[in-house]
Amino acid sequence: MSARYLLADSLVFARRHAAHIRQIPEKLLDVTLQPIMFTLLFAFVFGGVIAIPDGSYREYLLGGVMIQSLSFGIMGPATAIATDVREGVVDRFRSLPVSRASYLIGHILAELGATLIGVTVLSASGLVIGWGIYSSVLGGLAGYGLIILFAFSMVWLGTWLGLIVRSPDAAQGIVFLVVFPATFLANTFVPLAGLSPVLRTIAAWNPVSTLAAAVRELFGNPTALPPDPPWPLQHAVLCAVGWSLLLLFISAPLAIRAFRKRTQD
Amino acid sequence: MAYDERVRRTKSGVTATGLGKRFGDLWALRGLDLDVPAGRVLGLLGHNGAGKTTAIRILTTLSTPSEGRATVAGHDVAAEGARVREKIGVACQAATVDGLLTARANLEMVARLYHLTRTQARQRAGELLERLDLAANGDQLVKTFSGGMRRRLDLAASFVASPEVLFLDEPTTGLDPRSRNELWELLRERVREGTTLVLTTQYLDEADRLADDIVVLDHGTVAARGTPTELKQRVGGDRITVAIADPSVGARAHTALAPFGDGESTIEAEVAREATNPQGISVSTTLPLTRIVMRARPGLRLVEVVRALDAAGIDAHDVSRRETTLDDVFLAITGPGASRRSAATEVTP
Repeated sequence: MSARYLLADSLVFARRHAAHIRQIPEKLLDVTLQPIMFTLLFAFVFGGVIAIPDGSYREYLLGGVMIQSLSFGIMGPATAIATDVREGVVDRFRSLPVSRASYLIGHILAELGATLIGVTVLSASGLVIGWGIYSSVLGGLAGYGLIILFAFSMVWLGTWLGLIVRSPDAAQGIVFLVVFPATFLANTFVPLAGLSPVLRTIAAWNPVSTLAAAVRELFGNPTALPPDPPWPLQHAVLCAVGWSLLLLFISAPLAIRAFRKRTQD
Repeated sequence: MAYDERVRRTKSGVTATGLGKRFGDLWALRGLDLDVPAGRVLGLLGHNGAGKTTAIRILTTLSTPSEGRATVAGHDVAAEGARVREKIGVACQAATVDGLLTARANLEMVARLYHLTRTQARQRAGELLERLDLAANGDQLVKTFSGGMRRRLDLAASFVASPEVLFLDEPTTGLDPRSRNELWELLRERVREGTTLVLTTQYLDEADRLADDIVVLDHGTVAARGTPTELKQRVGGDRITVAIADPSVGARAHTALAPFGDGESTIEAEVAREATNPQGISVSTTLPLTRIVMRARPGLRLVEVVRALDAAGIDAHDVSRRETTLDDVFLAITGPGASRRSAATEVTP
């Protein structure tokens, strides 16, 4: 009976998430308002002092903010699932004649949906300040394809994190501690050329740089790469897809295993 | 009786044989045997940590047993979890309703997960809100609900599929007396309709009022079992405590009170040193009090005790009566502790 209802049940759980967001729209702040704030702050405060050799800073900025925002997208799924597990709501669902997988699928679907709302809002605000897709329709589609793939891997990573921490607050703390430095020690907001040699090396090999560079490349935005960029930046799109898949293939099985462990005793 | 025979006989009931659950080195539950025929009410009585919740979690397929077997509504909880979940309703200790949804949305969601159609789900949610006196608050967010309302909603969620077997883990903990009575009435109604009910409680009177059979759990093992009447015969009725300030009259008081006790060896006495003032005036005198605790004979009135003490010329500091508690049950089952005994001999002539 479980298989027949798997999709229907998953959608019930996904709708529950959507209802939560309707009740507490603040839940979406980290994927909507926060990236808009970063975009505006950097565009207007630093835009004047940071020179981009192959185009405008505002066009350059958006790819970086996009990847940073998706990285912070770990937080939503982490806190949501940690809260559910702690409050015993998951136990209630487990006592119903539904497959446990449907809860997890619903959760992933809803969180991915929330991230994509953020992507839409961010793209719109980018268009307002002068960003655009200058490559081709195919390039644009590929760009958003990469964004969705990366978002998907981040949702799984967040879900795993939420299942292994003790409380929703712990998840938030860890995300800030890891994602903040990781997204700043990269080409997110400033071109690599502006960094000191040591930082430049770290930033050049940081996957966040690769992903931001790939998005910029696919959208036809300036990449501000140094003359002789390290290998991952030379093959940014390929490496970005690789990084995303790697993260996905590691975090999804870990999340599923952690979910089984947390919900079985 | 053979296991299979029992399973067959209790088709919509609950059976367990040697059920146990180990967490690391600790057995949270061990050697639990149950035999609850359809339509009966089993009360699992015990303190926190006695193994009640563990038992409920195993029977509701939330937890896998480390040893033993159990069936619910004719299905094995370990091997046929999905079948069991179709037949049961569960309300856990923490009211596991979603605070960020309205009461109605909570019930509709649960109904949808029982695979009712959208229309059926809406109708069922409406019925249950009405029945559990939540209709006026149906469209409020559950996080604004009081503890009692939350619990009623949680219960409503467990009724959604009209389950054959209902499991309730401490359903009245944290409820005011009025809500408790209403809830008991609601449960009796379900049982009259043929639902089998397994509930846990820390309160003897609750088990007494609702359960056909009681299993007393202590540190994961069965300490006693029987019908409420059987247990009460072993445990006795209300407790009467007489406190006297003058220890020299202890023996006399003991004799004067003997006729009111229930059965033999019912008068226990202990010496307690308390910073209490016998006159009830705030003077800082400290006096040791002698307490005589006894099981009241059925139908005993407190005024008879007071008169008897008066007649014997004993000036009692305090005479009080209280209902039997779970502690009294354990005391009666396991026998009074060694220290208690030695204290009792001090005043016994």
